Amino acid sequence: MTIRTDPASTAAKSAADPHTAGPHAARERLWDAVREGDEYAASEAVFAALDAGTDPEAVLLDVIAPVQRKVGAEWAADRITVAQEHAATAINDRIIAALAHRVRGGARPGAGAGRVTVACVDGEWHALPARLLAEVLVLRGWQVDFLGAQVPVPHLIAHLHRTGPCAVALSSSIPTRLPTAHAAITACQAAGTPVLAGGAAFGPDGRYARLLGADAWAPDARAAADRLGGETPLLPGPRSAHHPVDDLPHLADQEYTMVSRTAPRLVGETMTGLEERFPAMREYTERQRLHTAEDVAHIIDFLSAALYVDDEELFTGFMTWTAQILTARKVPAHSLRPALDLLAGQLQDFPRTTRLLEQAHRALDADSAPAPAPATTPDTTGHGKPE
Amino acid sequence: MGPAARAPVVAIFEDSSARPRGTGTGSGAVWDDAPCAVLVVDPSGTVVGANAVATGLLPQAVPGARLEEAVPHWLADAHRRLTASSAPLSGPGEAPGGEAGGRSLRAHPARGGNGDVVWWLLDDTELRLAEDALRGERERTALLAEVSETLSATLNVERCTEAIVRLAVQHLADAAVLIAPAAGRRLPVTHGTPEGPVHGTAEADPETVPGLSEALQGFPPVPSRWIDPALLPDWIMPPRFDGPAGSVVVTPLPGHGVPAGALVLLRRTGHAAFSRSEETFARLFAARAGAALSAARLYAEQAAITETLMRELFPPGLRQVHGVEFAGGYRVSELKEWVGGDFYDLHPAAGPDEESLVVLGDVCGKGLEAAVLTGKIRNTLHALLPMAGDHPRVLGLLNGALVSSHHTRFATLVLASAARVDNHVRLRLTSAGHPPPLIVRADGSVEEADTRGSLIGVLPRIRARTATVELAPGETCLLYTDGITEARGGPLGGDMFGEERLKDALGECAAMPAEAVVERVRMLAGQWVAGRSHDDMAVVAITAPRTVHLSAVDGHTRGRYTT
Repeated sequence: MTIRTDPASTAAKSAADPHTAGPHAARERLWDAVREGDEYAASEAVFAALDAGTDPEAVLLDVIAPVQRKVGAEWAADRITVAQEHAATAINDRIIAALAHRVRGGARPGAGAGRVTVACVDGEWHALPARLLAEVLVLRGWQVDFLGAQVPVPHLIAHLHRTGPCAVALSSSIPTRLPTAHAAITACQAAGTPVLAGGAAFGPDGRYARLLGADAWAPDARAAADRLGGETPLLPGPRSAHHPVDDLPHLADQEYTMVSRTAPRLVGETMTGLEERFPAMREYTERQRLHTAEDVAHIIDFLSAALYVDDEELFTGFMTWTAQILTARKVPAHSLRPALDLLAGQLQDFPRTTRLLEQAHRALDADSAPAPAPATTPDTTGHGKPE
Repeated sequence: MGPAARAPVVAIFEDSSARPRGTGTGSGAVWDDAPCAVLVVDPSGTVVGANAVATGLLPQAVPGARLEEAVPHWLADAHRRLTASSAPLSGPGEAPGGEAGGRSLRAHPARGGNGDVVWWLLDDTELRLAEDALRGERERTALLAEVSETLSATLNVERCTEAIVRLAVQHLADAAVLIAPAAGRRLPVTHGTPEGPVHGTAEADPETVPGLSEALQGFPPVPSRWIDPALLPDWIMPPRFDGPAGSVVVTPLPGHGVPAGALVLLRRTGHAAFSRSEETFARLFAARAGAALSAARLYAEQAAITETLMRELFPPGLRQVHGVEFAGGYRVSELKEWVGGDFYDLHPAAGPDEESLVVLGDVCGKGLEAAVLTGKIRNTLHALLPMAGDHPRVLGLLNGALVSSHHTRFATLVLASAARVDNHVRLRLTSAGHPPPLIVRADGSVEEADTRGSLIGVLPRIRARTATVELAPGETCLLYTDGITEARGGPLGGDMFGEERLKDALGECAAMPAEAVVERVRMLAGQWVAGRSHDDMAVVAITAPRTVHLSAVDGHTRGRYTT
């Protein structure tokens, strides 16, 4: 965090009680406000921090960003509802807009400012991390085109041709979007624009960003802004002949294609198999059945993504995470193992897939002790939201 | 050691007719008439025999000369390596080779008698020249392929210009300057330097540079033109170009009907002038650069036209108006399209006691043609705004306008007039053949608004019934098109999203801000279709804010938050 040190703001800081106005206090106050859906209190918390002299970038990254991360974590732990989560996100979004309006004050970037495009991968709904980066870049003097959530690749490319930015910052939080992210990265590069990838989807160490040929990766907005403005800037221009297939030679086995194409049928047969194993499932309501089917579809989505990047951790990580989510909701997680078994039965001709399913099974075994067949049903799952 | 003692030299030849005739230089041996150079070297490293071809190439290599003094290094070295090892003479690998007497030679050793080595020096000069020419051609082809790939990658004029000067500096000249056709009175000039491209403009008359004016007009077709470096005006000199230019050529970029510009290539004094092969390459390069640049210009022009024409067709940004939250979301069916047959619009109230009017609708059909009709409907409704107090009348007039137009398409839509009354929001809702709006109550129950009406643009007269709805704080009215409810997908692939699932989802949206409701519905529908093809989707939420305050969105008056 950076605190302005000019005399005026130092005076403001000492006048304001640091315990109620510093980034830490602001974070607490903002969290309380967004959890209650109180936009008024939320903006008060943020603007008090600004008035106390906290650097606007620090407000974005050390107050709002951590609160937004906490929103996700609290949802995962079942301490807030989906509705609260959406409301909190909407409030954070509005506050970023208000903060940007106040700090920018209608100022235009300088003539020498570079232009950069910030966008989310198609199918990516979590626009807030990208939004934060966009605002940080504006604060640092960039001319920023923020295209928002889920940008179809043709729209992104048309935008690049029209505006010719120095670089694209591409955000994705959900690993199931990695194949789409790959298409976006190669298309941007083919149009002569380098790509900086960011977001949880690319792995904690950025390994999938490297795998998919991104020109750079950053773990967070501050690092991304540093990288874009750093000493070795990303330069637009021709990439060496980069063909998507060269990144992922393992795709030659067609397993990704087969599994992702047949996903609806795999879901159907897995559901039938689960009903045979657990007769109680036949009494499910339509909504319960849908949620279970969505959970199975989600498992297959992550299986496909893991096949695409050929990384077992992507799949085992998702399965153990799902088990924790279910446990947090007091739903026994052992219905996951039969689902894996049923999928393994249908996909036994695919060696990479079979290996992934076995590893996930072992990871679940290591994570918790086996339990008898479920008495209750995983009705509270199916949020389709893996982070 | 005299040559007379060298008789066994011929022992390497099995043909006994090749015996030397005992002349002083060992000539007369069978290799005397060999079509290639032959040198015989004894174990001490002395030349003991050389045929006429050999002495022609290596005048020093006469019998009695020390080999290392008589032949080029590469051959002397090869001989040393050979005698130092006991390996067989014709081992694996390429025979040593090098230049001698202006020819390219390959040296093949053979054993002579008395430990002598006989070097057969085969002339492969012609082969080398052909190989060099082939390599040159291959490099140029690869380079042109790279140039084509690079230049065709971007449709952005600035990026394309940068790529051209960068490639020109890499492969053609010490500096390159691309001058684009004038925009107004100034000439856009891009300098290619080893540090990268530099954009700028120059207020300059192209007539001052010989050949530039014609090259910029793109007509008549003119060849590249060599000009006197002394005639170069300052504005064309690249920044930090050290030293005077030695040779300068002005090359038109053929744009095929679209003026693409001119490329000026500069080489420093001291750097060789352009060879014929380089000139050919420069012409090929200019042809590709011109084609790429004119394509980029055409694209930019078309994109600008499209953007201008479509600006009115894009859905507007929604916001809070006089204590009522509005939010909207939109997604077209075809990824390559930007607008479609679904639309929404907001006409904000002029004052806190007046109503804002929202319209959301769906023109039969997809794509640009449907979008054009949405634009007409939005314009017509704008004109009818003074009558917005009477929805059926507005719809009747709109219907009349559409029925009498040449369009054969029809539309369904919903009108919603909203005003803040105390901390409630009062709504008047009228559906014209459209799915009725859904009301999300504070307790999570979801109701359909009681409004029905006929669709627009088919029958000469229409009927419509308006519903009045009150929203308490935190309650939302959702307008949506059937692209949401008729979206096919889900975990099993082929199910419709349906009204029930939409209502279920909305049940979780009580007390959410309008943007959050819209995001939630779009996200669920988007995940439902999961990349499959779908119809256009539009959704608008009208929400009574939960807390009594003015929006933080516009943030005009920060005092509201801090005092």
